[in-house]
Amino acid sequence: MVPLPYYLVLSGILFACGVTGFLIKRNIITIFMSIELMLNGVNLSFVAFAAHWHALSGQVFVFFVMVVAAAEAAVGLAIIIAVYRTRETLNVDQVNLLKL
Amino acid sequence: MTPNLQLWVIPVLPLIGAAINGLLGRRSSHQAVSLVALAFCGGAFAWALYVASRFSSFTIPHSEFLAPWIRIGGFSADFAFYLDPLSLVMLLVVTGVGFLIHIYSVGYMWEEGGYYRFFSYLNLFMFFMLTLVLANNYLLMFIGWEGVGLASYLLIGFWFTKDSAASAGKKAFIVNRIGDFGFLIGLFLLIKHFGSLNFDHVFAAVAQLNAETAGAGLLTAIGLLLMVGAAGKSAQFPLYVWLPDAMEGPTPVSALIHAATMVTAGVYMVARSHVIYERAPEALAVVAIVGVLTALFAATIGVAQTDIKKVLAYSTISQLGYMFLGCGVAAFSAGIFHLMTHAFFKGLLFLAAGSVIHALGGEQDMRRMGGLRQHIPWTFWTMTIATLAIAGIPPFAGFFSKDEILWRAYQASWVYWLIGVFTAFLTSFYMFRLLFLTFFGEYRGSAGAGLEYSADRGSHGAPGHGDHGHIHESPTVMLLPLVVLAILSVVGGWVGIPESLGGGNHFDKFLAPVFHATTPAVNAGGAAPAEQAPPEKQTQGPEPQTGPGTELMFTGISVAAAALGLLLAWLLYLRNPELPQKIADALDGFYEAVLNKYYVDELYAALFVKPLVDGSARILWQGMDQGVIDRTINDSADGARHLSDSVRHMQSGNLRSYAGWVAAGGAVVIAYMVWVGTR
Repeated sequence: MVPLPYYLVLSGILFACGVTGFLIKRNIITIFMSIELMLNGVNLSFVAFAAHWHALSGQVFVFFVMVVAAAEAAVGLAIIIAVYRTRETLNVDQVNLLKL
Repeated sequence: MTPNLQLWVIPVLPLIGAAINGLLGRRSSHQAVSLVALAFCGGAFAWALYVASRFSSFTIPHSEFLAPWIRIGGFSADFAFYLDPLSLVMLLVVTGVGFLIHIYSVGYMWEEGGYYRFFSYLNLFMFFMLTLVLANNYLLMFIGWEGVGLASYLLIGFWFTKDSAASAGKKAFIVNRIGDFGFLIGLFLLIKHFGSLNFDHVFAAVAQLNAETAGAGLLTAIGLLLMVGAAGKSAQFPLYVWLPDAMEGPTPVSALIHAATMVTAGVYMVARSHVIYERAPEALAVVAIVGVLTALFAATIGVAQTDIKKVLAYSTISQLGYMFLGCGVAAFSAGIFHLMTHAFFKGLLFLAAGSVIHALGGEQDMRRMGGLRQHIPWTFWTMTIATLAIAGIPPFAGFFSKDEILWRAYQASWVYWLIGVFTAFLTSFYMFRLLFLTFFGEYRGSAGAGLEYSADRGSHGAPGHGDHGHIHESPTVMLLPLVVLAILSVVGGWVGIPESLGGGNHFDKFLAPVFHATTPAVNAGGAAPAEQAPPEKQTQGPEPQTGPGTELMFTGISVAAAALGLLLAWLLYLRNPELPQKIADALDGFYEAVLNKYYVDELYAALFVKPLVDGSARILWQGMDQGVIDRTINDSADGARHLSDSVRHMQSGNLRSYAGWVAAGGAVVIAYMVWVGTR
């Protein structure tokens, strides 16, 4: 059996990858995928803790996260398509109408 | 049971007149406005006469309750009226002279704009003045007191488009506020210590107290504060400065308000409060000193004035000083006697002066008059009678009242008497100077020039007066009041002929129930309680110490002083018309000072007005308003702007910087959790 810290370290690496991608990438789709990476990093730590403690609540939480992520992906992708149609770009630095 | 006289009708009638003219007068004809004004004012006069005719049939003092007004705990001030010989005299003077001046105004103001407004104000003034005179408590009196001040303000500033008239009105109002402040504080003291402002209650309570002969006390304080109020309203030194400026108003206003009635309200109030003053000899002495100084001071200024109305204004101040002198030596009935005769002859003088101004189409400068005797004989003769009366030539009205005051003043102190006689000489001099300059000698102006001058001044109606171009006598409606007042100026004094001249001094006896019933022994050292002073003895001989021979001698001296004034005026202004200029040149500095009214206005401007204006500008406006209030608001707004300017860059609109903030926030939260968890 793989010990808990291995899962947690992997989960932390995944989350850090997500954050880094979220901050440095300019393509909005990549940023979106980085968010999914962060969510899945968190999911991993949830299920690891659930297995470790033999508690089902962590697994239930993961289902909730997945449902929310799916809904978010649907809405987010729709927004991205709408943005692309109007701005003809996926670069977030050029999506700056709210800038002062 | 005394009959109910419905005293409230007397003040309310002019109020209705004022309301009708004020609300509807703009669309009415001059005839309708005059009819309303005269009918309601005349109604008040008729009712006053009716009251006078019934006067002997009821007990004195007679009070009539109309409606409750203020009732708080034990304190009450009601709409109630008070009638005794004193208020009856005032009532008849105010309604009688007021009615005559209403008649005169119809002629004088006919060509003026705002005709209805003038009569509305005039009736309003009558209402407040009658309230003042008839009130049975100090508070209701104060309502009238303030109301006449308001009417005075409105009427001084009647030609409000003229800057000098508007500021004269303001000046009168503000100077009166100073006096009213003292009056109010006096009333507060009365409420605090006697729990009432009702004349009956206050005087009954005060009568229980001993006279404050040793040092000052409560009654002295009240007396002095009331005197401050009286000095403001009655134009006494040092608050007299508003009255000469008040001559900016139409001449009938000067006659009614600033000579015959309103300015005498202070004298009336002091006489009404005689119970207090008799027990506060020091306050009484202040009244006398203020009175005699004002009389002298104003008379000397009057000598050098060249504006016909200004001379009369200073003369009014001077005569009011006499009245205060009379009150101040505890000769209240003499003061009121002079008030009455003064109302006749000074009202007449102003109306006659108005007639002169009317005849010359607005000219007020005596240096441009002269020789008007043949042109306007009625005005000339009535004015001569008034001048003789004010100068104190027997048997005209002013002689008896002034002589009574001087005689009583001598009994108090020879200094009062000496100054009084000297002032009588000055009075006679400047009044005959006015008469000679105006009516005798050669005409020094031209009617045409006078017309342009008046149009320039915007004073008495230059346009209209159809038959201008030559000097003309006033219409009958203006001459009638002149004649009536002239008759009163002759016979008005005969009600108070002193015993030394074979009269009965009926006026003094008529007022005796008011002034002697509660008189304590002022002259007897004041140690005796009030109750021990036998009132019967007091009523009989007001002048117990000396015989009629001495009094006759003093009468002779004052007549001689008046005659000397006449002679000097004749010498200087008829015999040697170039002499006054030489004298003026010889007395260069002094004459300049007198001509400029001793620079009192300038002194007040430097001492009070300028510091006040500068103080409000620097401290209140620039310091407080701009420096503190505005600055607090502006600085807090600026601070908020700078703060938001520095944090607004967080909202860059750049998605990735938002992401960075979110990540940084998350990192901070996690770091905090870790820190909390490991502590």
